[in-house]
Amino acid sequence: MDEENRQEAVQNNQSSNAEKMGTPSLIAAAFQREHPHWTSDIVEALGETTITIPREHLVSACGFMKSAPGFEFDFLADLCGFDRGPEEEPRFEVNYHLFSTKSYQRLRLKVLLNEDDVHVPTVTGVWRTANWHERETYDLFGVIFDAHPDLRRILLPDDWQGHALRKDFPLRGYEPYSLE
Amino acid sequence: MSATVDIPSQFEIVDRPLDTQMTISMGPQHPSTHGVLRLELVLDGEMVVKCTPDIGYLHTGMEKLFEYRKYQQGIVITDRMDYLNPLGNNLAYVMAVEKLLQIEIPERAQIIRVLTCELQRIASHLVWLGTHALDIGAMTVFFYCFREREKIMNLIEAASGGRLTPSYFRIGGLMMDLPAGFERRVQQFQDDFPKALDEFDRLLTGNRIFQKRTQSVGYISASDAIDWGLSGPSLRGSGIGLDIRRANPYTGYEKYDFEIPVESDCDVWARYLVRMREMRESHKIVKQALSRLKPGPVKADAPKVVLPDREAMKTHMDALIHHFLLVAEGMDVPAGEVYQPIESSKGELGVYIKSIGGPKPARVHFRGPSFVNLSALPHMSRGAMIADIVAIIGSIDIVLGEIDR
Repeated sequence: MDEENRQEAVQNNQSSNAEKMGTPSLIAAAFQREHPHWTSDIVEALGETTITIPREHLVSACGFMKSAPGFEFDFLADLCGFDRGPEEEPRFEVNYHLFSTKSYQRLRLKVLLNEDDVHVPTVTGVWRTANWHERETYDLFGVIFDAHPDLRRILLPDDWQGHALRKDFPLRGYEPYSLE
Repeated sequence: MSATVDIPSQFEIVDRPLDTQMTISMGPQHPSTHGVLRLELVLDGEMVVKCTPDIGYLHTGMEKLFEYRKYQQGIVITDRMDYLNPLGNNLAYVMAVEKLLQIEIPERAQIIRVLTCELQRIASHLVWLGTHALDIGAMTVFFYCFREREKIMNLIEAASGGRLTPSYFRIGGLMMDLPAGFERRVQQFQDDFPKALDEFDRLLTGNRIFQKRTQSVGYISASDAIDWGLSGPSLRGSGIGLDIRRANPYTGYEKYDFEIPVESDCDVWARYLVRMREMRESHKIVKQALSRLKPGPVKADAPKVVLPDREAMKTHMDALIHHFLLVAEGMDVPAGEVYQPIESSKGELGVYIKSIGGPKPARVHFRGPSFVNLSALPHMSRGAMIADIVAIIGSIDIVLGEIDR
């Protein structure tokens, strides 16, 4: 194959990739095709696509999403937790809102956690911006991000008892707080 | 936030102070930390070895509060986050709820949202400009900026009744239509503002002291900026022309003609130039929005979501019932989750709402641009002089109300 043909082939490949990766739902489908065991559920609602990912595959899935051609979700827009309530199982959700600065697509990854095992691997190795988001989620929900470089409370004082955004934490405190 | 502050042993007097590293605590009362930010600085002479931001002094548990308030009551909480850009916060929140409810808002309401949000963006940038210049030592600019900002505050007050906490946008539209004569007052501001911008340019852009203080300070490369999640003018100062108004248009921004200012010097100076040019672009958008204003409704036709007019309430039984149910029980929002990003004056302001049905949200999370941009401060301040720290903080334009929430 001479140089010209090869370039043409590359261009064709790229354009077909771009067509294939047109919308978040197509991206999610391509992701599932690529790594079926990394996807446990895909939900499309209100124009947004959510992929639920088993916890043990989170870091590899995020690394793939960041760098694989056609995906390129290089920007972690947001990371936040959610508590479904003490009677629910799995109780906690951690949401990763990805954004691509190339294709302007958005995608949500979700990890579900049981109350007795609130450990998630950190994604600070994939996006450094995850550092403070994970500290905030740890602070307010008590989700522990394994191998995080600096997992301390960020909004509440270091000696605060409990995790304020859990559903069983009261809106008004049990006792007055003092810095002493 | 640490509960007790240990005085580091480095404060003890040593024989040769320049040979040792010294830890100092800058803030939370330091005027150039724009609120209550504390920085733990490890210094070698005047050089910053390590910078650790310590936040949380203004934490008021707003995200918890949302879960105990009805959707429409949440709007007033959003005002108090980024208090320099409250209309932007209102917009992000009501748009997220509207997305959950799947309602469309009328054309006139959309144009007024764009108009007032761009005025608010100018006001926010004016506070940034005034305080940024003040931190660096230029006092005059501050007074000039606040003179202009006052005009915008008067406009916002005329529209909404509030200056710092307007709560002007409601789920499904606006609180009320613009008052009579509002267009004329905006037009007057529009006529005067370019002259004021030229004045700021004359004061600072050609000022060699200001250039020396800002050029090659606080460097962050384009790839690092994306990795650290920078957004808004801080990202565009690193050569990436990303603007949510273009990337994921909302409220009809795709119909407006404006440029996205980009500078590629990656330093404090570049971020300054981006914001200065952005004010001119916002001025252009306000002009276009003014010309498009046509009479029409400002509230969606959704009686279960939008409060009825007073007149209808007094004459129609069903309007009275809707009003009563909406106030007493709230609106029934279907289950679902949404993430709604907008381009606030500081960057990507994202609102995540999780609904499990009913009148109250199960979770509301704000992705504050200041929070994320501040997390990159240690990266930007490596090897900087201590005096540069105030310039760098000024250049990322933080508001602690949004960081601590």
